[in-house]
Amino acid sequence: MKKEFRDSIGRAVGNATLTGALGKFSEAYKVNRAKAYEGIDFEALRGTIAERKSHAAANLELMAETFARNAEALGTKVFRTNDPEKVKEYILKVARDNGVQSVVKSKSMATEEIHLNASLEKAGISVGETDLGEWIIQLAGQKPSHMVMPAIHMTKEEVADLFSKEVDERLENDIPRLVKVARKELRAKFLKADMGISGANIAVAETGSIVLVTNEGNARLVTTLPKVHVALVGIEKLVEKFDDVAPILTALPRSATAQLLTSYVSIITGPTPATDGSLKELHIVLMDNRRSEMACDPKFKQALQCIRCGSCLNVCPIFRLVGGHVFGSIYTGGIGTILTAWFEELQNSEDIQGLCIQCGNCKEVCPGKLDIPEMIMEIRRRLVMEKGHPLAQKAIFGIVNNRSLFHGMLRAASIAGKPFTSGGFIRHLPLFLSDLTDGRSLPAIAAEPFRDRFKKIKQAECKETAVFFAGCLIDFAYPEMGEALIKILNKAGIRVAFPEAQTCCGAPARYSGAYEVAGQNAVDNIKALLADKADYVVSACPTCTVALAHEFGDTLESLGQKEWLSQAKTLAEKTVDFSTLVKRLVDAGRLTLKEGQRLGAITYHDSCHLKRTLRATEPPRELLREAGYEVTEMFECDMCCGMGGSYSMKLPEISAPILQRKLHNIRETGAPIVAMDCPGCVMQIRGGFDQDKAGVEVKHTVELLAEQLEG
Amino acid sequence: MYEQFKARAEGVGAEVHRCKDREVALAFILQFLHKEGVADGPRSHAVWADGPFLRGMDPKPLTDAGLCFEINRGTAADARIGITQVEWALADTGTLVQDQTAVEQRLASSLIDIHIALLPTGNILPDKIALLTRINPRTSRYIAFITGPSRTADIERVLTIGVHGPERLVIVCVDDMGGAA
Repeated sequence: MKKEFRDSIGRAVGNATLTGALGKFSEAYKVNRAKAYEGIDFEALRGTIAERKSHAAANLELMAETFARNAEALGTKVFRTNDPEKVKEYILKVARDNGVQSVVKSKSMATEEIHLNASLEKAGISVGETDLGEWIIQLAGQKPSHMVMPAIHMTKEEVADLFSKEVDERLENDIPRLVKVARKELRAKFLKADMGISGANIAVAETGSIVLVTNEGNARLVTTLPKVHVALVGIEKLVEKFDDVAPILTALPRSATAQLLTSYVSIITGPTPATDGSLKELHIVLMDNRRSEMACDPKFKQALQCIRCGSCLNVCPIFRLVGGHVFGSIYTGGIGTILTAWFEELQNSEDIQGLCIQCGNCKEVCPGKLDIPEMIMEIRRRLVMEKGHPLAQKAIFGIVNNRSLFHGMLRAASIAGKPFTSGGFIRHLPLFLSDLTDGRSLPAIAAEPFRDRFKKIKQAECKETAVFFAGCLIDFAYPEMGEALIKILNKAGIRVAFPEAQTCCGAPARYSGAYEVAGQNAVDNIKALLADKADYVVSACPTCTVALAHEFGDTLESLGQKEWLSQAKTLAEKTVDFSTLVKRLVDAGRLTLKEGQRLGAITYHDSCHLKRTLRATEPPRELLREAGYEVTEMFECDMCCGMGGSYSMKLPEISAPILQRKLHNIRETGAPIVAMDCPGCVMQIRGGFDQDKAGVEVKHTVELLAEQLEG
Repeated sequence: MYEQFKARAEGVGAEVHRCKDREVALAFILQFLHKEGVADGPRSHAVWADGPFLRGMDPKPLTDAGLCFEINRGTAADARIGITQVEWALADTGTLVQDQTAVEQRLASSLIDIHIALLPTGNILPDKIALLTRINPRTSRYIAFITGPSRTADIERVLTIGVHGPERLVIVCVDDMGGAA
């Protein structure tokens, strides 16, 4: 990780204005977005959008050709190119041919992508951004920090300073007054401009139309007042039919700003009359810039389904902490990482891809059905293929791939960690490692791992068997969770087997792009877990469960190791997470929880993988209720706790504030216990409360239920 | 349909009025102009873009009230109020839809401070899907959707009305356009 990048994160996280504004916005966004989508079947809607957009993306050449033909038939001049330099040359030529001296622009990310303003200004043409946020950014000489809200990182005081300089008059920090000043200043620019430049939110092939979506009304003036209109359109904006406009217009404003519709939508088809009665000159530039290359890539073609709403930024626990500037490029956030890797180069995404914690929030809300976390993982994988891993990481994975060495080292760590341990926690680590324990204690490695304790547990004969996949954390840090699981399953008549050859689930390697390592982990585990004939393979760690049930096959397929695929599938089918299995057993009458217990309030934290991949939100809550707890929901119960496996060690400066927010939300419920189903979250949250001394008990659901068994 | 449209439009800050016919609508507009101090003169006059509503109407009392029917960059940029007639409205989002290919329609609805939009009440459609089958972009080259007044939240996410477009949108629904719609 480059030092400048690390420093920029530090600056962003330390900027209270930025984190305050983004934090408040993201909290309100979640509520408002849900309200905006009331009465709409979001899954069906995004299914339609994904289908229409992927159809267009699969036929880009045809779409572009059809668009050009239909637009030209009406008198539009269409210019198609792959090369951003050619775009700039073309627009400059149009400007020169028309004697253009000043340009007004409505917001367009495509023009920013190619740094159009700079090239126009170099040619002596004055360029005025007219979207209020963009104008503020232009005056400040900055880059937008958010796709939809470019100046969200600035305060009204900063804006007042900028405007005061511009109009040469001391202005007050009154927002409506500042907006009036902008109206007056920009109105003069509009009336003077010889050329208007816009982007397009949608381009319709069958009619040659472009659709512009704005709230301020600037696009209407940009496309009406100057005699020449140039629209720069990335070819991913193309759709085949006019009918395709409706679903996108239904989703875009709702997802972008939680509006039912923006104040203005303009559908422009061919040149329209200019204000002097002549016909306007309308130029539409269809820009490729590696988009069609992307469309041919099986892993990244889905990126062209993006409608640029920015909702992936709005729900991202990282983005709301660091904002857009740390991304260093025009496009920011999750989608920005992907676009940067393509529109610039893969290397430019090396640092920023590491910002993704893989919580999956963005995937849930994306109206284009993009799997952004998956694409970011693919970027990681390709970076590793291109450059290999840093030496230290390579050494770690070398160890993870050698089970006996890995487990030997974990045992050794239980002794080596002793000097820093108190009450089962490592509270302070020396020197450069101290960041790891800043705001959070780490669990001490258990003196006796689960694999040793297991041998001493006596189990009765049962008619069913479950293979238990412990995962590293339960095995070496929280063996008592494994013991609790055995106690519960035995009660339901299930004997628990623990194949000793099981090893790390491979998630840490996979999430670092080290697919070879993850693949070896997958093969070792498939062999170990399928060796015993069992009715279930159960895990009390959602990340491990996801690895077994969803990722082994994918990892092996990526590596071309097809010989293991059918066994990976068998394993996937048998795998179930702890709460889902136990809920089934309770419902089937095979397991009874003590009746009539009044255990008081509890709050529940949804772990990312359990909620968004395994979709198990209700089973743990219902089990806790049936046990006698009163579940009090916390604010943002399903927001990541900041653990993210090794994320908390790589980027502790981001992980720590995410954890603090989570601890705050837990405390606010007043519940004395917080339950969760992931030992990783337990490690993060328990560690946080250990330093916080709030006295909230942090428990895995398995531990709580084991205490409430009947008989 | 009207009730839903009204609720949605008011929800985004538009003002919605309903008149039974052209005469009542005209009286409403004249009274509105009077109240807003419209008079012949820069920054205080009003422009009215040609539309079916005006057909066969005596222009004299209207020009006397400070209305200007000659619309260009100058008159529109100087006007405080602009009046246009829209074709459709969408109940589910409170949106007005107008074919604004004629530049006068755009000038009279975008450069002014207050936009008065005349709407035949019977042309309120349920949603944009119903609309898209009724308009043809090949013949309507500039289709404008207008939902509430111009707005921004670009400074500190504070909703502020009237950036580049009108700061007020006054919708006058007319039940009986007298065959003029």
